[in-house]
Parts: sequence; C-alpha cells; structure tokens
Amino acid sequence: MAAPQTQAAMMEAPGSYPSVRISARRRWLALDLPELWAYRELLYFFVWRDIKVRYKQTVIGAAWAILQPVMTMLVFSLFFGRLAKIPSQGLPYPVFYYCALLPWMYFSTAMQGATNIVVDQQRVITKIYFPRVVLPIAAVLSGLLDFAISFLVFLAMMVYYRIMPTAAIIWLPGFTLLAILTALGVGLWLSALNALYRDVRYVLPFLVQFWMFASPVAYPSSLVPEKWRWLYGLNPMAGIIEGFRWALTGHGQPPGMLLAASAAGVILLVFSGLIYYHSVEGTIADVV
Amino acid sequence: MSVAIHMESLGKRYRIGRRARYLTLRERLTSVLQSPARWLRSTSSGNSDRGPRYIWALRNVSFDLQEGEVLGLIGRNGAGKTTLLKILSRVTQPTEGSAEIRGRVGSLLEVGTGFHLELTGRENTYLNGAILGMGKKEIARKFDDIVAFAEVGDFIDTPLKHYSTGMQMRLAFAVAAHFEPQILLVDEVLAVGDLAFQKKCLAKMGEVAHAGRTIVFVTHQMNQIRRLCEKVIWMDGGTIRQVGPTNEVVGAYESAVLSGESAGRVSDDSAHVKARFLRWEIVEPHGPRPNVLDTPGPLTVRFVVDVKSAIPHAHHGIGLYDADRKLLWGTALKQFHLDAGVQQFVYNLPDLPVKPGAYCWRVTLWDDEELVDGWECVPDLLVATKPVTHWLDEWAGILNIPSRFTVAPLEQEPIDHLEAKHENAR
Repeated sequence: MAAPQTQAAMMEAPGSYPSVRISARRRWLALDLPELWAYRELLYFFVWRDIKVRYKQTVIGAAWAILQPVMTMLVFSLFFGRLAKIPSQGLPYPVFYYCALLPWMYFSTAMQGATNIVVDQQRVITKIYFPRVVLPIAAVLSGLLDFAISFLVFLAMMVYYRIMPTAAIIWLPGFTLLAILTALGVGLWLSALNALYRDVRYVLPFLVQFWMFASPVAYPSSLVPEKWRWLYGLNPMAGIIEGFRWALTGHGQPPGMLLAASAAGVILLVFSGLIYYHSVEGTIADVV
Repeated sequence: MSVAIHMESLGKRYRIGRRARYLTLRERLTSVLQSPARWLRSTSSGNSDRGPRYIWALRNVSFDLQEGEVLGLIGRNGAGKTTLLKILSRVTQPTEGSAEIRGRVGSLLEVGTGFHLELTGRENTYLNGAILGMGKKEIARKFDDIVAFAEVGDFIDTPLKHYSTGMQMRLAFAVAAHFEPQILLVDEVLAVGDLAFQKKCLAKMGEVAHAGRTIVFVTHQMNQIRRLCEKVIWMDGGTIRQVGPTNEVVGAYESAVLSGESAGRVSDDSAHVKARFLRWEIVEPHGPRPNVLDTPGPLTVRFVVDVKSAIPHAHHGIGLYDADRKLLWGTALKQFHLDAGVQQFVYNLPDLPVKPGAYCWRVTLWDDEELVDGWECVPDLLVATKPVTHWLDEWAGILNIPSRFTVAPLEQEPIDHLEAKHENAR
C-alpha cells in the first residue's frame, strides 16, 4: 500500500497511473493523510447519510437534538441542584448544567456512534476498499449537527438569564475541537475492539454512565481535592467540560492545569487509537 | 502495452475450526489465564498444533495482466476466485506475496453496496456511487443516464423501501454499469435479476470491455466468459490450474466438469465407477440456455447418466437447494433396474414456483447401499421468471405464486375481481 490512489491521479492521463502495492506487510505509521484527503468525498457522504438517516421515521425529527439535553438539564437542576444543593459557581443551575451537557452529550453520542459504526457497516467493509479510518471520523463529525442545534438553545438561555459572553468565548472552538478529538480517540479504540469482541456493545452503556460521573457534568471540578486534580484531568472530558463552562459564561477558573493534563490525555488517546485501529484495520474485513 | 496487474505468489490463509469467527472477550481472557504460555506462542508464531487450524484459500498465485485485457476467473466454489478478487480490491490483505496494480481500481463485489432503504433512489445513487469511488461531479454528470438505464423513472425520489426487488436491483446495476475505472474487478454480480435486464448489463459490460479497460471477471456462467473474456484463469483448490486463451481453458474446464472430475463430486476416483452423471438440462420449455427457467408452468428436466455396467438394484435421489443451501424439494426412487449405456432420468413437474434466483440440483445414484455417484449439478438452475409476490424481499417468501384477491360481503358471491398488483405497487 505504498502510493495511495488520489483523486488528482484519477484525472491524470493514462500512462501516469498511480500504482498501488498490496502485500502482507503493514506500515506501522497510523494515518495516511494524502489517502484520507483523496477519500474526502466518501467521508462527506458517510456523514451526510448518517445525518439523513438518523431522524427518518422519527415523529419529531431533529427536535430530539434539543429535547435530550433540555430534559437532562431539567432533571439535573432539580435533583443535583435544588435537592442536593451542589455548588454551581454562582451560575443558575440550568445554565450550569446545560454548559456541561453540551460537550458531554456530543461526546457520548459521537463516541457511541463511532464505536458501533464498524460493525454496522460490515456489509460495506467486506465489499469495498476505502481507508477504514473514514468510518469513525464520519461518525464523530455527524454528531456535530446535533451539537450545533442544541447550542442554539443555549443562546436562548443566555438571553433569558442575561449572561453576557466574556472574552473567554474565543477559546470555545478549541474546546470543541478537543471534544471531537476525544470522541475520535475513544471511538477508534472501541470500534476496533468492537469488531473483534462484541462485548464492547454491552460495556458501552456502563462506560458512558461511569464516565459521566467521572466528569464534572453534575458537579464542579472544584469539589475534587486540589492534589488529585491532575489525575482527574487525565480524563480529557474533565478539562473540556470545565473549559466549556468557563468559555461560555466567564464563571469559574480557566482550567489551566486541568486543561494541560486533558490535552495531553487527548493526544495520547488519539495517537494510540490510530495505531491500534490501524493494526486491526487490515484484518477487519475478515473478522466482522 | 504495459502490465496493469502484477501478482506475485499471493496467498491467503484463514483460520477455521475450533474458534468462532469472533471471540468474546471472556473467551480470550480465559484462554490467556489458563495457559499464558500457549497463548503467547500461538499469537507470536501464529501456528501451533493444538491451536486453531488454518486453511489456505489461496496459495502461490502469480500472474501478469496486461493493460486492456479482459480476464475471466473460473473454477468451482471455494476455488479461491473471490478471495483473489478481494485481495486485488484491497478488501482483505494477503497473508503472503504481493501484488501491484497500476491504474484507478474499482471493484464490484456486489451491487448496491451501502444502499439504505430509508433514502430515496436519488440519494442512494449518490451514496452508492461515492462508495464505489465515483466523485460527486462524475455522478451528477451520469445521473440522468443511470436513471434511464435503471428504468425507475418517477420513483427516483421515492425511498428505496417502496421499490420492488426488481427495481432495487436495476438501480444497483445501473450505478455499477456507469462506473468506469481503468481497472474493474467484478464478482458474480450478474447472476440474478431478470433475464432481459441481465442482457442489457452484459451489453453495457461488453462496451466497457471493448473500450480498452482492464477487467477481471468472476462467474460460473461460461457463455458470459466466452462473450467477454480473452483470457481465462482456472482456479482449483486455491491455486492456478490453467491459464490461457478463453476457448482453450473453458473447454478444458467444462470437460473436466462433465467427466465429473471436480465440481462437487462425492466420489472422486473416476477410473472404475459403475456410473456417472454427465449433464443436466431443462428439456421443456425449450430455451436458448438449458439451465434457465424463464416461464412458469409445467417443465421437464433431464439428467444424463453414463452407466458403465448395469445396476440391478439402483436407488436414485434428487434434491433442489436454494442459494443458502436449504433443501426445497427432494424425492427418491428405490429399487429399479438400470441398464448399461447412456441413460436419461427425466422429471416432469407441473410447475416450479420458486422466486427468481440461483438454485442447485443435487442428484445421487446408489447401488444398494453403495453410493455410485453424487453430483451437485453444474451449472446452477437459474430461475428467471417474473416475480409476482410481495415487492419487498423480506415479505416475498420463497414461492413465486400469483394470487387473486377479492372483497365481498360474506353472504354474497364475490363480483369485483381485483388482480393483486405487484410490480409497481407503492
């Protein structure tokens, strides 16, 4: 698999054919970016199909993208806020929770979509070649539409609660990118494992639940003792969620130490995920 | 001319037997815990006596295909044709050896890959095209041709789930037929679909073949091979048995099949057998292809047996299997006398109302308790009648029987006869 087919090469005149080499050897290098770029249209179509199909045959369609975080926000505000009186950094409970649910809901759906996509698309995988890494990437990207829709609700909430955005908001795209990468990193690991061991499908709901409680969704990370904060930060979602709260409302502390640990965690996760996914990639069609 | 595909001792090994195709984590963990040493050995060497067993689906395949050549791959099931095609299309990796391909490769291991029933015909055309490797602009340019070719007309903006099976197939074929890579790898995708449309696809493929493209083509249908290919590889047991010009190799293959040498024989030493099935054909209704049934109604099927020496206490069994190897019909005759010479076993059936598709006869001949010959008949029986049952595959069942439907009050003779409409019902 030395030289990839490229879109550009397709346009070239005969005689200057790109050459594809097929052999048992695999390069350990995880990501072939030129090849991925050549398959960008396929990536686009996978994202497009995922979005198209998701809300077909549902009654209220894309309203689910709003209902889910809003209902969860209401439940959290009532139980963790009103009843358990968890500190909320001086924010109204609905705002406090919704800020965290935005990245969390995105992360959990994107991660689950990425985990299942290799098994769901096994027909396609066993019939045609494309860089397999396109699949988890598509799953992670298609979740962004729901994220954007639920973000609109937050804008309405900001108006209602008269919260003025601060300069911190310029960090928001960075935190969003980190959330995407985290979902991708976990998705790479879990989708490859899922192709080999179907247990992953059953582990997933628990993983999502545990992970949520290990992240500052329902409580602020200031409840975690200072000396353990760095360890807590190894969960990338910790830094990302605190980052969202801070960037959107200006309340709380900029998650310095926490964020550095989270960013390191994400990078580790994505790279190891790519390497593992790639090591399984060659045999995925034989085992799914 | 330059080399388009260069294969060098390609081999593919699959694991079979004790292990399931995928493991649960618990199985792997317990196997590691029980005998870590063995686990380490089996993962590092990949081969231990007590570990899983392996089979070579493909071994030592070396071949050069020139640019512009049309190559046919033939051989019985399990000979390695599809494995080779999967390696060349990069769906799976070879275990050993290598190949080099020059040019934009497209593979059609099935038609309609990625079709989604909730999406419309238009959306599926774009999706399927993109999965095959066509760009968005390319699909847009060919879109009208594809729709015209598929003959789906106004249905193009209707979700695929409202299409009849025939329409879905036609759309899938139409997209595939308009896919024009420099090197095309095609598995047996033309075996189904109604006959007229098959012909149209063949004609389209013929066009492509004569446009100077390199094609590798797998099929069981020798007349397709004869029509399309210049060169043929005969695969047997995962290796190349013979390569050469089409007529030569197909001829050798067919005579090998006819003499019962390969192709699903139960007993295989051909020297001193008492009898052999030679061939089978549909006698009535008579058509250009003796293995294709395209009209409903009575039919006569003939199996020709070469009886070397008389069998006084012959038994004979017959079974009809579908593509999933499910037995659909079977019967047996006991204790009859069979004279020496070439005999024909003739079956008259009032009808064979099975849904269109590929089927396989299996015939046996016994001398008392001893199996004289068992044959999985080659070629397959292709039923190409018009489908008259439910337009969705999952509700169509296996019988292709027309029906009449009437509604009337219970105390009254039914008057208004409504013929159930199938093909284009929404």
